[in-house]
Amino acid sequence: MKTITSRKPIEEVTGYLDKCRKVYIIGCGTCATMCHTGGKSEILEMKEKIEGSGKKVTGWMIIPTACDELTKYALEEEAGRIKEADCVLAMTCAVGVQTIALHLKDSKPVYPALNTMFIGMEDSPGHFSEVCLQCGSCVLGRTAAICPLVRCSKSLLNGPCGGSSGGKCEVSEDVPCAWQLIYDRLSEMGRLDEMEKIEPFKDWSVSVAGGPRKIDAEAECTTTS
Amino acid sequence: MKAGTRLERILASGKFAVTAEAGPPKGTSAEVIRKKGELLRRCCDAVNVTDNQTAIVRMSSLAGCLLLRQQGIEPVMQMVVRDRNRLALQGDVLGAVALGINNILCLSGDHQKFGNHPTAKGVFDIDSIQLIQTLKMLRDEKKFISGEDVSGEVPVFIGAVANPFADPFEYRVSRLAKKVKAGADFIQTQAVYDVPKFARWMEMLTERGLDKKVHILAGVIPVRSAGMARYMRDYVPGVTVPDEIVTRMEKADNPKEEGVRIVLEIIEQLKDMPGVHGIHIMAVNWEDIVPEIVQKSGLMPRPVV
Ligand code: SF4
Ligand code: SF4
Repeated sequence: MKTITSRKPIEEVTGYLDKCRKVYIIGCGTCATMCHTGGKSEILEMKEKIEGSGKKVTGWMIIPTACDELTKYALEEEAGRIKEADCVLAMTCAVGVQTIALHLKDSKPVYPALNTMFIGMEDSPGHFSEVCLQCGSCVLGRTAAICPLVRCSKSLLNGPCGGSSGGKCEVSEDVPCAWQLIYDRLSEMGRLDEMEKIEPFKDWSVSVAGGPRKIDAEAECTTTS
Repeated sequence: MKAGTRLERILASGKFAVTAEAGPPKGTSAEVIRKKGELLRRCCDAVNVTDNQTAIVRMSSLAGCLLLRQQGIEPVMQMVVRDRNRLALQGDVLGAVALGINNILCLSGDHQKFGNHPTAKGVFDIDSIQLIQTLKMLRDEKKFISGEDVSGEVPVFIGAVANPFADPFEYRVSRLAKKVKAGADFIQTQAVYDVPKFARWMEMLTERGLDKKVHILAGVIPVRSAGMARYMRDYVPGVTVPDEIVTRMEKADNPKEEGVRIVLEIIEQLKDMPGVHGIHIMAVNWEDIVPEIVQKSGLMPRPVV
């Protein structure tokens, strides 16, 4: 699993830092490094920009996996330099930002430098595509393992809309029509009859619409074993 | 009879139906709708009011339909699943029925990216096939999607759209079959310019016996300039305009007359096609040409049923 991030416009970042004179920067050694949004060179570039605007960078670090529990210990180790700063700039995904904010001992703002885009697949080096929006009730078993919720621009569940043309989605020449892909794959497998079934109404309550989701993995293991 | 609308009665009696489209204004003028209604009154059996067509905000379809109804013109309320979730959609269906609007057409809707609010969130809580199912459930089982009971009757004549020119072509008949299974009573198709391709699609669906289960109204859009023909060919999602038509429009001394000639030739072929039970004229911003088209196609006067 990879969380794909992109850099926020620098004006938004400098807007956050407006009131701070001293900044501590945190990057992430996993997804953000791979996306070239929060690895060493991006941190150093950011440091230069911040220093160039007359502010001080009290320190920086790359947490191996910022979304992990161990972030707590990394923050403890750097407590001194973080304490000196007015804010923390997190060049991590949003889970990293929240983990850092959660474990930060002294109360100071943690600002995101990145936009968290999606959970994606790296289809070629440096090129990522969204493949799942974590809907909570996966339909891949009925759609030839191609997600219609994110790969179809209208999240249609019952086949291609009237805008599908030459394998492309109506929104752009660069977007393949997900339902054409599903059709082709089902057709290859001789399973086209599956596309004649009407997909039931989706239960969005197990998705983002249902409020914050929680899973108790331990409880799940005991109930299913 | 499912809803007993004029459109339903005409189709049920085996007569060739004519519907047309009236786009509501990007503003509050009831007069715009009334004028279009007056123009179309005598030449159509029912008038579709579009629902934020091409994702551009306009007066709501429900309001437009009510204005037509007040003039004694039968409306077809279009509903896209792009802008409303299942609560809003079902609520508006109940409201429409209460106001005497009983023909409802279900669509996905063009992607919001095409419209004047491209940063909007597309809702797509349910899809167009599920909206058809919803209407059927409301009508036949008197139940909401949730399974709860609806009070009162929900007599609706359920419409859906089909685009025989979209891909994958082979799947298009299956998709229609799915809409029929979901509960569609009538279908209005995307504009037909490529008549042989449309005929192939019709053949495939009559082979499956679908023409016996649903009324097909073939869509037509008169073009009034070579520029419009080119634009439709190159930029409008889901529309196929053969080069030959573009060339004819380019060469014409009087493009408007040529546009009418083209559409009349198409209608002539559609009238004789097995399984085609009517036409749906979408004269976008050229509503005043509709009476002439219907007249010259020999479809006037409209039957009284
Ligand atoms: S159906 Fe849901 S869980 Fe499955 S891939 Fe798509 S978004 Fe993810
Ligand atoms: S063209 Fe294909 S991918 Fe695009 S919205 Fe329609 S069905 Fe979905």
